[in-house]
Parts: sequence; structure tokens; C-alpha cells
Amino acid sequence: MTAAVAAEGKSLERRIVTPEGIPLRIELARAGDRAGGFLLDLLIQAVVMIALILIVGGATDGDEGWGLAFGLLAVFLVRSFYFIWFEIRWQGRTPGKRVVGTRVMDATGGPLRSEAVVVRNLMREIEVWLPITFLFFPQLVWPDAPGWARLLFSVWAFVFLLMPLFNRSRLRVGDMVAGTIVVVAPRAVLLPDLGETASEATCTFTNEQLSVYGIYELQVLEDLLRRTDPGRRDACAAVEKQIRRKIGFEGDVKTDRFLREFYRELRAHLERRMLLGKRKKDKHSR
Amino acid sequence: MRGGPGGLRSTQFRKEREGAWRELERLVERAEKSGVRSLPAQQLARLPLLYRATLSSLSVARAISLDRNLVEYLESLCARAYFCVYGTTRSLGNAVSGFFGERFPAAVRRYGWHMAMAGLFLVLGTLVGHVLVARDPDWYYVFVDEGLAGGRDPAATTEFLRNGLYDGEGRSTARLGAFASFLFTHNARVGMFAFALGFVAGIPVYLLLFSTGLMLGAFSALYASRGLGVALWGWLLPHGITELLAVVLCGGAGLIVAQALVFPGRHTRLRNLAIRGREAGVVVLGAIAMLLVAGLIEGIFRQLVTSDTARYLVAQATLVFWAFYFLRVGREARP
Repeated sequence: MTAAVAAEGKSLERRIVTPEGIPLRIELARAGDRAGGFLLDLLIQAVVMIALILIVGGATDGDEGWGLAFGLLAVFLVRSFYFIWFEIRWQGRTPGKRVVGTRVMDATGGPLRSEAVVVRNLMREIEVWLPITFLFFPQLVWPDAPGWARLLFSVWAFVFLLMPLFNRSRLRVGDMVAGTIVVVAPRAVLLPDLGETASEATCTFTNEQLSVYGIYELQVLEDLLRRTDPGRRDACAAVEKQIRRKIGFEGDVKTDRFLREFYRELRAHLERRMLLGKRKKDKHSR
Repeated sequence: MRGGPGGLRSTQFRKEREGAWRELERLVERAEKSGVRSLPAQQLARLPLLYRATLSSLSVARAISLDRNLVEYLESLCARAYFCVYGTTRSLGNAVSGFFGERFPAAVRRYGWHMAMAGLFLVLGTLVGHVLVARDPDWYYVFVDEGLAGGRDPAATTEFLRNGLYDGEGRSTARLGAFASFLFTHNARVGMFAFALGFVAGIPVYLLLFSTGLMLGAFSALYASRGLGVALWGWLLPHGITELLAVVLCGGAGLIVAQALVFPGRHTRLRNLAIRGREAGVVVLGAIAMLLVAGLIEGIFRQLVTSDTARYLVAQATLVFWAFYFLRVGREARP
């Protein structure tokens, strides 16, 4: 299970190159998040439409002339331009996308143009609305459709609706035509630097001892030290024992202190080697 | 040879640059919350500077630091700032004037042949519909949907048909507003649909245009047979020129998408689709605005003005206007 999630996480990673020529890692949004955001947006749209109809109805006393005119126009505007308006104003986000933490971006890393936003949202007409209308109200689209047509159409409808699941980049048809992708909005916090120590070093490690581990182990240790859950203590104790045994370290230091200092020394060691062009990926590599 | 009291290189590097990162983070946070344009001018000017500085920090950090949290933080901060700097930042007003003043007519000109193809199918449909119905009125029932005809079929009396063309008097303007609004939303959905169908290789676009033409032709044959041909076109054209043009543009946009799919040219199919799709989107958006104009003319003007001369004058005026608009506007702006 975890392996499957990890594998998916890897396959959802994309690299874009900014116009400055620096590659950035971007994570594609998961299908579930996208569906959730979309449903949320639909809900908001529905609420806005109902509110508008009530307001217009109240303001015009239910007069079927102007009231109807404004009502129809308002519903049309909300239905057709809700996504477009928000995605242009908020750099590729809508209220629903904000809640689930996704956003739209240009697939090649260039600026997100307003026409791309317009196109990807107009495509919803055939991608979502037509299939749904046909599945639930076939009479509206093609009255008295013969059986084969209905079958063909249903297959087509499902292909369109489920398109994001059929390609590696999770593109829906609108994304393909507009050249956009939907990604997880990045959100990382800068934590205190573990390489900084308040007090003088108490342990000394030899070069041999520091050459046992590589970058992978260093970063696993970093994750461990940054943990804040109650299981951290036991995990630290176990890791300390393992490291002490592996590098043959005898000094008498407290667990946390030992791990922090070992982390710092190991990082210094590996960073120095990196400056010389040697990246020791993990303990197996030389 | 181990890191002395001065600390690790990467730690020092972080200390030197952290101030700029934090400043960028604050700007980005604010921009994310209430839009890039909410930033004061001074901070707005700082944004790209800080963004580039942080990008360079990122490439340095990748080369010298093994602090994973730091690299991840910088990556995410750069991506967030990137969205602010390269997101859609133009103001809505600017975008609108740039759109109608240049991009829309320019896109239509660039894809003149697609538009011509779409127009050709509409005209062909009209001719075929007209000729067939003129020969045998039974064809009428094949081409025109009963609900749409509303009793205007070969069985109707000439008097009834004539009244349909001139029945504007006595309607309240409020009703007409509702009618115009309904027509616009209906037509706009048809237009968007025509464009979206382009993704299915374009054949449905031809069918849609052709069948619209058939319907038009059937109507014209029916009215012509009762000597009402001139009156019918006077009824149709004031808004019809704008509306049919918009439908042709939407259809043409659908064909652009279809062509991108079937003949990808130099790029990969997906890349080509993305490039052409955006240009086609410009056309569709403009066409929707045209349909709004057409809906207003159709719903209000046509019902109030019943003189054939005035109707033809307006029709001519719209024709001249669109011809000028698509052939001339925004040309100077291009190099």
C-alpha cells in the first residue's frame, strides 16, 4: 500500500524549467483532489446562482420581463465564466482549488495566458456537461436515439469524463487543448537549520566513521530529527544504537546530542565531498 | 579539516540569504491571499528581483547543501513566486481592450481559410436546403425541428407567416429583454459547443454548420414561395449577419482544433493542440461577445422596428462594421 502510494507520488512528479533556466520540481494534482475541487466549485456556483435568482426575483417583484432577462443572463454568466474569472484573477486558482490545494499552470513552464484559461474551461461543455446531460437526460441531446448510438455515446462520454485517468500527466481534454496542467500548490515551511549548534562539539568522529553513510542516510536522519510525534524518542534510541554499532563509536553522550552532532559532522563531511564533485548517494555507493 | 566553530558552509549560506527568502515569502503570501495587484508599487517592483535572487539561491543550495528541508523550501518558494511572477497578471480592463482591439481580429485574419471553410459549409447547407424545399415542400419537415418552427411550416397560411415577421407591435420592452437574454444564452451555448466539437476531429462541426444552413435554406424557400422572401431576410439579417458570422467563427475555431489534431505539423500532436487550441479560444471568446450583440439586436430591435427598409439598413450597417473590424482593426499594431 505504502509502496503503491510512493510509486504514484514518483510518477506524479514533473520538472518544469522556468524562463530563467532553473528546473523546478512540480507535483501533479491527484485525480481525487481535482474531482473534490470541481465538486466544491459546482456547489459554490449553485449557491451563487440561487442567491442571484432570489435577489433578482426580489428586486423585480417576480416580473417576468426584466426579472427573467437578468436572471437568465446572471445564470449564464456564472455558469460559463465562474472558472475563467477566478483562474484569471487568482493565477490559476478557483475557490474549490484553493481549498484542496491545487492550481493550474502552463505545462511548459511559461506564463499562464488568459486564453489558455478560457479554452480549458470552455472545453468543459463537451467534457462534463454533454456526457452528464446525455447520461441522465438523453432526450435533451438526441431524442429517440437508437440503442447503438446511445451505447456509443455512453462510451464516448466516459472516455471524456475519465480522460485524466488515462494519461500520465492527468490531463483532461481542456488541459490538452489549452496546454495546461493542474498541480499541487507548493507549500513548504523553512525549519530551523539542524546544522547549527549552540554548544561546542563534544564528540569527534574520524574520517572512516563518517565515510560509512551517504546522502540518503543523512536525509533519513534529518527527517527523524525533525519529527515531533511521540514515537520519536524510541525511534531515535533505535537509530542511535544502530549507528554506534555500525561506526564503532564508544563515547558517552545522550541520544539526542549524539544524533545531532553526528548529523552535523556527516553533513559537513558529505558537503565537502560534494564540493569536490563526489556525491555519495547512499551507504552502498563509494 | 572538520567544520570549525564557524559552522557548515551551507549553514552560513543560509544565514546570509535567509532575509531575502523571508521577504519574498511575505510578498508571495500576500499576493496569494489578495492578488498580485494588491501589492504596493514598491513591493511589486521588489517581487521579480527577490524571485530571481531566490532562484539563484536554489541552484546554489542544490550544489552545496544537503539540508533537504532547505532545498525543498526553496523549491516550493520559487514555485510559488513563479506563479505570482508568471501567472496571469494583466488587469481585466487591459486584457479586454487588448483582446478586442487586436488579438481577436488578428486571430480571425490568421485563420481566414478555416473561417472561409466554415462559412462555405453554412452557405452550401443554405443552398441545398433552399433548392430541395423549393422543389418539394415535404423536405421542410426533415430539416426544421418542429419545436423550432412553432407552426411556421408549409401548412401554415401566408397571413400567419407574415404576422410572424411583423408581430413586434404591442410587446412590452421588458418582455423583449427576457427574449434577448434567452436568445443570447442559447446561441452562445451553441457556439461554444461548435468549438468544443472540434476536438472530435471536426466532422461534427461540418455537420452542425451544414444542418444550420439546411434549416435556413428551408425557411427561405418556404417564405419565398409565398412572396415573403424579402421580408424574411429583412427579419433575419439585422441580427443574422452578426449571429451567423459568430457561428461561422466558432465553427472555424473548431476546425482549427481539428486540424491541429489530425495534422500536427512540426510539433507533437499534444503540443500542437495546445498552441492552436489557445488561438482558437481567442476566436470563440470574441464570437461569444458577437452573439451577445446579435441577441440584443434580435430580441429588442427586430421586435420594435417593422419597416423593411430600416431592417435592411441596419443589416447593411452591421455587415460594413464587421467587414471593417475584421479586415482593418489591430493591423497597425502588428509589426
